[in-house]
Amino acid sequence: METYSLLRAFADSWMLLAMTIVFVLVIFWALRPGSRAMHDDAAQSIFRHDARPARDTQTARRPSKELSK
Amino acid sequence: MWDYLKLIVLAVIAVGAAIAANYAHDLPYMVNAVVVMLAAAITFLWTLRHVGDPPSLADVSANYNDGVVKAGVIATTFWGIVGFLVGVVIAFQLAFPQLNPAWSQGILNFGRLRPLHTSAVIFAFGGNALIMSSFYIVQRTSAVRLWGGNLGWFVFWGWQLMIVLAATSYVLGGTQGKEYAETVWYIDLWITVVWVAFLLVFMGTLMSRKEPHIYVANWFLLSMIVTVAMLHVVNNAAIPVSLFSSQSVPVYSGVQDAMVQWWYGHNAVGFFLTAGFLGMMYYFVPKQAERPVYSYKLSIIHFWALIFLYIWAGPHHLHYTALPDWASTLGMVFSIMLWMPSWGGMINGLMTLSGAWDKLRTDPIIRMMVVSIGFYGMSTFEGPMMSIRAVNALSHYTDWTIGHVHSGALGWNGMITFGVLYFLTPRLWNRKGLYSLQLVSWHFWLATIGIVLYASSMWVTGIMEGLMWREVDANGFLVNAFADTVAAKFPMYVVRALGGTLFLAGALIMCYNLWKTVTSVDRKSTAPSAVPAE
Repeated sequence: METYSLLRAFADSWMLLAMTIVFVLVIFWALRPGSRAMHDDAAQSIFRHDARPARDTQTARRPSKELSK
Repeated sequence: MWDYLKLIVLAVIAVGAAIAANYAHDLPYMVNAVVVMLAAAITFLWTLRHVGDPPSLADVSANYNDGVVKAGVIATTFWGIVGFLVGVVIAFQLAFPQLNPAWSQGILNFGRLRPLHTSAVIFAFGGNALIMSSFYIVQRTSAVRLWGGNLGWFVFWGWQLMIVLAATSYVLGGTQGKEYAETVWYIDLWITVVWVAFLLVFMGTLMSRKEPHIYVANWFLLSMIVTVAMLHVVNNAAIPVSLFSSQSVPVYSGVQDAMVQWWYGHNAVGFFLTAGFLGMMYYFVPKQAERPVYSYKLSIIHFWALIFLYIWAGPHHLHYTALPDWASTLGMVFSIMLWMPSWGGMINGLMTLSGAWDKLRTDPIIRMMVVSIGFYGMSTFEGPMMSIRAVNALSHYTDWTIGHVHSGALGWNGMITFGVLYFLTPRLWNRKGLYSLQLVSWHFWLATIGIVLYASSMWVTGIMEGLMWREVDANGFLVNAFADTVAAKFPMYVVRALGGTLFLAGALIMCYNLWKTVTSVDRKSTAPSAVPAE
């Protein structure tokens, strides 16, 4: 089979299926139960460390310390 | 030791560029070689003057590298004005052809200035805005100083050199004839070098981050950097006709070349002007509104849907061409599917203000950002609609396309960038606030009215010329000559140029406001202590 037909057949069958499945899984992964705490923390992360970098990973997770400075 | 190596390399580049200028086959190549020679010589002198400087003992890792972001603010503002100004000039050239005088032919006529305008606004204004925002956002959301020391400065200056090379090349006729990828082969190589350095700085900062999670804005920015690198390398694959010529032969031909070009072209819109600017939206809108993004989950879905769908949309630029129907149908279908993530993202951005809608009244910066998200929604509704084959039959090759592009570029990219510049300037220069919020309001209204005039006049003229082109009489003959449509479009062209002038006037007011903010607003009293000089 010529390369074009081979790639074309692969692209609109298995590859298409694989990408669709990955896409659906990613969406379910984002919506999975139990992720809310992590997502809320990530959404709040922009309000920490405005002025200077965190000293270590521990202070990075503790927003109250940064705000009280 | 490192300094001596740098001096040797710079000297070799300067001398090599001088030799290349001497052997040049064409004018754009020669001028570019001279520009490279001057840039290398200036960098050489600067390096020479700093040889033997005692190394700074301050621990810079305790501070963000904001010097390069400041430079980005200045560059974004400067190139914005240049790009808008050239845009206004070519708008008037279209309305009044006398503005292409004989003495300026081959340098300042519409055909030479048009790529200068598009590249100046997309790659100089937009590119600097993206680099500046990336560096600002990735440091704050990773809680760590920019990785790579002075590599960030290399990215900044490398990008400015690219802009100067491209601009001098375009007006002298150096182009490879690909829309939004006009830069000739050696500039393309230089872009690749700078862009890979950009990727390294960004990835290095992310990898040394102290926050556990990578904030969603960084996902969008990283996807922009990676995808643009891929698009740029594939689309610009070409073989130079000579080492001393700006001309090159593309490795693709015919419809394959067209397909690769629009795969590049549409994803330049999708990843450079959409994903990258969405990264800006997801950081700066919540920051200015002082509340977290409406739904973090929705932002993740927005990201993945955009990534999965956008990359397929390119073929809608090639309806009714030699491209197979299945390919253009595929492009059309994926374009329509893009409605969902685009509007999901728009809703996410707008709803970030829920509970704080009063800020729209009191804060003109938020107003600017909200209008930009509104234009994002409008132009991402209009685009898929225009990609439908039957609509495209009317709209393609008309000014409707130009109107669509500008509602996205002026409305979405322009307004969000203005908002970001107003956000960053007082913070980076440590001022109490902006010089004048009233001037921001002036800018807002001038820009908004300018965009409305621009988009509406282009809708009218685009649909009108599309209908005129397809009008046939009872015997099946075309009713209108091309020149008839040109004559009919004159009033709309004048309105468009007026809209552009208002937009430019607003940007000039912004310049003044930002300048006064830095020079005459008091310092914030709570200055961060012990910031070493950058």
